[in-house]
Amino acid sequence: MADIAISKTEFAEVPPHISEFSRIRRVFFSRKLSMIGFIIIVIVILTAIFAPFIAPYDPYEMNPDGVLLEPSLKHLVGTDTLGRDTLSRIIYGARTSMMVGIVAIGIAASVGMTLGMIAGYFGGATYMIIMRLVDALMSFPMILLALVLAALLGPGLTNVMIALGVGLTSVYTRLMCSQALTVKENDYITAARSLGESNIRIMLRHCLPNCFPPLIVLITLQMGTAILAEASLSFLGLGIEPPGAAWGSMVNEGYKHLLKNPILSFAPGVAIMLTVFAFNMGGDGIRDALDPRLRGTL
Amino acid sequence: MTNLIIRRIFLAIIVIFIVSVIVFLVMRLLPGDPIMVYISQQQFEMLSDEQIQVVRAEFGLDKPCPVQYINWIFGIIRGDLGQSIFFSEKVSTLIMERLPVTLHLGIVAFTISAILGITFGTICALRRGKWLDTFFTTVANLGITVPVFWLGILLIYVLGLQLKILPLFGYTSPFQDFWLSTKQIIMPVFCLAIYPIASSTRQARSAILEVTRQDYIRTAWSKGLNERTIVVRHILKNGLIPVITLQGIQVSHILGGSVIMETVFNIPGMGRLIVSSVFAHDYAVVQSGILISAVMVSIVNLFVDISYCWFDPRVRYG
Repeated sequence: MADIAISKTEFAEVPPHISEFSRIRRVFFSRKLSMIGFIIIVIVILTAIFAPFIAPYDPYEMNPDGVLLEPSLKHLVGTDTLGRDTLSRIIYGARTSMMVGIVAIGIAASVGMTLGMIAGYFGGATYMIIMRLVDALMSFPMILLALVLAALLGPGLTNVMIALGVGLTSVYTRLMCSQALTVKENDYITAARSLGESNIRIMLRHCLPNCFPPLIVLITLQMGTAILAEASLSFLGLGIEPPGAAWGSMVNEGYKHLLKNPILSFAPGVAIMLTVFAFNMGGDGIRDALDPRLRGTL
Repeated sequence: MTNLIIRRIFLAIIVIFIVSVIVFLVMRLLPGDPIMVYISQQQFEMLSDEQIQVVRAEFGLDKPCPVQYINWIFGIIRGDLGQSIFFSEKVSTLIMERLPVTLHLGIVAFTISAILGITFGTICALRRGKWLDTFFTTVANLGITVPVFWLGILLIYVLGLQLKILPLFGYTSPFQDFWLSTKQIIMPVFCLAIYPIASSTRQARSAILEVTRQDYIRTAWSKGLNERTIVVRHILKNGLIPVITLQGIQVSHILGGSVIMETVFNIPGMGRLIVSSVFAHDYAVVQSGILISAVMVSIVNLFVDISYCWFDPRVRYG
């Protein structure tokens, strides 16, 4: 009986347990910029999903009588050379951007992380070969590599996704490799190995979850990079085929009519900027929330 | 240190070799006949099957892949980059004409971005939380966000079309007309430099903040050194090493950005050459263009790493 009473008083002094997740959430949302970023990301994703319900007009419907209209109550940001409503096209452009961003990052992250994990986990010659390959890939300016790959693969959005995916892979490989190198030194990896677990199982079950936090930051930040790169490629004329709407190609279309209707070029650019800004700020927020050195100070 | 440099040069050679293999394989293995590197689509459709075989043999495409690669590499070493179909000129001539233009813009943009980025980042870190920090951090956050092609168009509209203080686009060699050339490159250089400035600012800020938290800085303060000495001798010297190593990435970014900026501002440089060759299916030019860009980046990275050995005494004597 006495024993229980003592342990009760001891427990009373232990501060209430805060889960790691709720701490991260609190730090993330207490920062104004990451909060704004998060809200914009949610809005853009919802816009992309529900584009047909939000868009005031059909983005493909041409109207020869209403060409290059100035912004008005009927067309909030005017119309383009074919009389299509610019706002509706921007709303549909969110779909293109988000889709390319997510798929390209999906390809880059899965391929890059697999290679990085293999390189870091096995080390030795495997490490040398994979990392030299990554060094070589990193020597290509990303936009240039994606441009050439997309052009060689042929027209279409899928090929742009693949090209961007390849262009962004090397960063993930590098990060994953350095993560795996540190994580594999831990005792629990040795323990798992002495239990006779296979390499693949150790990599997936023990290494991967412990390598993850910095990769989440990278994935969020790279979404911005991917969207920006997709916009640049579609500005140059690669990617989505007409009449599909992409923000980059809309800027380019508007460039030709800069004197007559400058908003045609400026409005989609603002959409790109807001989206990329949101992902950058969100990524920064997650990084600060996950950073173990800042733990306890925030 | 000599050992380290020799090892680094050896690594750079390996990387450049892999780069060339990647370029070679990408051009051969992706959809489309590699013969398209040598003849145009129209010619290809006009030729009969036997004639195509003859052309194939003429360019050595009937040989096994490794032999083709070796022939290609030795051609490049001799300065033979092939023949452009679209421009009907030697690729080497085309590139020699256009590379100086890109280098002119790129070097100016790089110099500006390195100086401004590191200065802004240092100011932010040293005045953390003050209005200067807030201002530069906000500008830097916008700078890594803005689509440069859009910024270029905005500048053309405001400075060129509305205010009429700068020429809209084009390029003049500085040896021909220095004043006009400088006026013409202001906007493209600004657009090329904005991302590197912004990302250097962010990197320098966090690197220097990291150093100011160190114990030896507190020691320096507590032994009564004046701020100037602490900042210059202790904070900057240690804080800027990682930022300098990241400047190699900025070069890659500027080279990639020149592809877009040269298209927006109609500048006859390497970037626009590559873009127009991509759309004209002029693969001989595309192949040489990306190879040269990647080799340039590798060489810059080599120099950055060597300078890192020189800047960081731990590496120099280690």
